[in-house]
Amino acid sequence: MIGLDELLRRCAGLDRAELVRWVENRWVVPEQPSERGGWVFHEVDVARVELILDIRREFAIDDEALSLVLGLLDQVYSLRRQMRRLSAALEAQPPDIRDAIRKALPPGR
Amino acid sequence: MAQTPYEVLGVKKDASADDIRKAYRKLAKEFHPDLNPGKPAAEARFKAVTAAYDILSDPEKRGRYDRGEIDESGAERPRYSYRPHAEGAQGWKYQPQGEMNVEDLDDLFAMFGRGGARRGARAGEGFAMPGPDRHFTLTVDFIEAALGGKQRLALSPDEWLDVTIPPGIETGQVLRLKGKGGPGFGQGAPPGDALIEVRVAPHPFLRRDGDDIQLDLPVSLAEAVLGARVQVPTIAGPVAMTIPPGSDTGTRLRLRGRGIKRRRRGSETAGDQYVTLRVTIGASGDPALAEFLKGWAETHPIDPRRTMGTGAAQDTKA
Repeated sequence: MIGLDELLRRCAGLDRAELVRWVENRWVVPEQPSERGGWVFHEVDVARVELILDIRREFAIDDEALSLVLGLLDQVYSLRRQMRRLSAALEAQPPDIRDAIRKALPPGR
Repeated sequence: MAQTPYEVLGVKKDASADDIRKAYRKLAKEFHPDLNPGKPAAEARFKAVTAAYDILSDPEKRGRYDRGEIDESGAERPRYSYRPHAEGAQGWKYQPQGEMNVEDLDDLFAMFGRGGARRGARAGEGFAMPGPDRHFTLTVDFIEAALGGKQRLALSPDEWLDVTIPPGIETGQVLRLKGKGGPGFGQGAPPGDALIEVRVAPHPFLRRDGDDIQLDLPVSLAEAVLGARVQVPTIAGPVAMTIPPGSDTGTRLRLRGRGIKRRRRGSETAGDQYVTLRVTIGASGDPALAEFLKGWAETHPIDPRRTMGTGAAQDTKA
């Protein structure tokens, strides 16, 4: 959990105005504990800032394409999270039910 | 909070190599331990300046620092990976809103467009999904298909199913055996059904025509001319039938009620069996018959082809 200044310091090559725009676009969603207080970035937010920096720098992607890329990435991660939830639920079933589900799975590919 | 090498040297991020060198020399002179004996603060400052210059004087290192690959001490920085965060406890934060906010498994299945458990199921009912249907084909004997009956179907080497065949079943019809499919998932989930597609094997001489049965019956010349009482196969076994005298090939006789019987709303209906005669001259080489016909034909000039306009019958003696 760090503030804006510490984040800027930690992420070399990150411009303040740029980061503000990312937050406005809701690509990064820091917490704002009080009305006049500064932003607070959690670890997931910091990692996301690094991710956006990497994408911009390494793939030379502009804002418009970046919005698309982030949207798709978020969908993939969301699906992965749901898959994990489902896997956990299946894992919690008795063996015969797990077996039945395995048999009922249509063959992949 | 550690300073960046640029802050340590007091230069801007886009400072030239020359500016950096000048800044370093100035600070190194100022804080050099030999010029500041007994001043630990100065010594610490000198070390920081040297470390900062170590990075910024080397274009390659400076580049790596700028890209965040190494920290201000020159040590490799662990590369952040977003994925463990995205999939971790905090990851929900960046889930697309609306479309993917899955609250329970019902919604999850709805999301994938599968029927799954019905929507609106009472909370606490738990997850229940009917088992899958199983598909089989069953070849049924012609007579059995006509009369109905029971037949064993092997589902697997050690699993049998007694299938009731309704009378008059036809090829392509599907029998659904409720609850004989795969087991359901979850508490109280019903099993699937067994779907059995029926094929009716052909009979050597009986044919189906809806609920009627067709049969071509060979008869001898004598039976056709003189009439006879013969045994005729039907779906229910042989029955006696009278061939009237003077019958011919193509004569069609009806055995009423000998077709397929069905029960509809309490009353029973039955098709008929139609027997079409085929006169068979099995004894064409018989000398006595040939002799008789020679004399007989002379006095009975009959031309069965007269309506075809092909002229008079040829002299059989020629």
